[in-house]
Amino acid sequence: MNAIITRAGFFSSVQDLGRVGFRQFGVSTSGALDSFALRVANLLVGNEDGAPGLEITFGGLQLRFQDERIVAWCGGEFDVHIGVAPLPAGHAALVRPGDELKFGLPQIGCRCWLAILGGMNVAPILGSRSTDLRANFGGLDGRALRHGDILPLGPRPGSSRDVGATERISSWTAPHDWVSPAKRNPILRVIRGVDWTRFNASTLQRLTSELFTVSPDSDRMGVRLIGPELSRGDNVDLISEAVVPGTVQVPPSGQPILLLGDCQTIGGYPKIAQVITFDLGIAAQLRAGDHVRFSEVSMVDAHRLVVERERELDRFRIGLSLHAS
Amino acid sequence: MEIVPLGDSALIVRVREQFDDAPEETLNEVLQTFQQLRSAAIPGVIELAPAYTSVAVFFDPIAVSKAFASGTSDDVVDWMAGRIRAAVGRRTRDRRSLVGRSLPRIVEIPVCYDPEFAPDLDEVARHAQISTDQVVELHSAADYRVACIGFVPGFPFIAGLPKKIATPRRSNPRKEIPPGVVGIGGAQTGIYPLRSPGGWNLIGRTPLKLFDPTKDPPVLLRAGDRVRFRAITREEFAAFAEATAAKESLNR
Repeated sequence: MNAIITRAGFFSSVQDLGRVGFRQFGVSTSGALDSFALRVANLLVGNEDGAPGLEITFGGLQLRFQDERIVAWCGGEFDVHIGVAPLPAGHAALVRPGDELKFGLPQIGCRCWLAILGGMNVAPILGSRSTDLRANFGGLDGRALRHGDILPLGPRPGSSRDVGATERISSWTAPHDWVSPAKRNPILRVIRGVDWTRFNASTLQRLTSELFTVSPDSDRMGVRLIGPELSRGDNVDLISEAVVPGTVQVPPSGQPILLLGDCQTIGGYPKIAQVITFDLGIAAQLRAGDHVRFSEVSMVDAHRLVVERERELDRFRIGLSLHAS
Repeated sequence: MEIVPLGDSALIVRVREQFDDAPEETLNEVLQTFQQLRSAAIPGVIELAPAYTSVAVFFDPIAVSKAFASGTSDDVVDWMAGRIRAAVGRRTRDRRSLVGRSLPRIVEIPVCYDPEFAPDLDEVARHAQISTDQVVELHSAADYRVACIGFVPGFPFIAGLPKKIATPRRSNPRKEIPPGVVGIGGAQTGIYPLRSPGGWNLIGRTPLKLFDPTKDPPVLLRAGDRVRFRAITREEFAAFAEATAAKESLNR
């Protein structure tokens, strides 16, 4: 069974937890920019947490269902409706054949992730169903969704009892900061970058004390920031080496770029800082005009945050499965 | 060897400081380290990627902290660095063994240097103060090695360009370069696998496909490969492209 895209909206694509193992060949990881939000949405509908979902940028997407499905979404502050009934973030709900699911424009943030029971039935390419929007493969025909697209959905697991399970699942909600991570003027926590010491003391001071504004010239590859000029203490030509989502690199202009999931695999610009994995979901919500600050944390804290959240997610997963059985 | 954290989920293992001083040795050492880390199968490591002087080690900090018996995550990086040093140290002791010493593959790339595909051939010739024919001769006679793959999927950064024809990148990058186009960027040569923007000087085009996501591995060239360019005519280019298309429709 399918879902029909009755309105494409601004920009939506099929994404899962990303492509692993092909960076040595220059292939980006792609994947949901807030993988945690997608995992929570998937758990709420009863999917494996790595099932493909839709990443919806700036809303406007509408889709009509051909069969009964459980849906849930997490991310920025969007008005979402099934027909005329509002669907808040982090709530599982049932859609029936003919129902239309509509995403409005975001009040805060810019992206959200929709999980549908059964996921999307698109072929895995290089081990992932994520759309690689730069190299145009994966997802639905390697591109963003268009008006009129037929989005094939996967089989619904345990369909004989899933309506009953729905009623019970729908009484569950996930913690607020899991499902609505977007903030108006966020602080992103960073650890020191590989080239931290190449920058002079006043630059490092500016990085963690001043405001940066998000440029409109930002996308899934990276967020361009406008702020105080970050100048280096040396001008050694660097040899290209690995970059990752979260890398804050500084091109010769002195205006930093925060790399996201579609970033290239290697780069030659100096890396001043790294946004911690835990805060990548907040970074994924940055939109033009937002103000952002950076604050330094320790590596130990960066790890502790993800490990503790994972433990909570495990508890949540067990709770859901007991509740739904 | 230096190990530096690249965020909270990756480390860069720097094998050497410079590349250009000794490209051959550096590349061999980097690839050996890459192989050695691969066979070490360190718990929590999800992938590895070599680049010029370094190997990036990507790991899952949650899996790594689960690998600790104590369950503390206080020293994920130290633990990881220790495992990496142990894996690479083993290589130093076994320097004479055959590990990672397999001969590099040799890949021949047919290139058509016809002006139709080479809008910057004149510029390269002017910069080198030689004729365009001499540029083609120099480019297609040299022995090259792929230093690494990156920028876009399958893009080979190829070392070994004759110094004479090294040409600075264009000040105005092109918005769109067709797939298969061969370029010179500074002291390196490379091939654009996909339609993409780029600032290199374009001197020819190959009919070969450098990236195909339906294949595993999805790339024609890998780090360490030896590469030779063979000059072909426009007619050969057309015949090659046709044969490739026919083969693809057969496979479909």
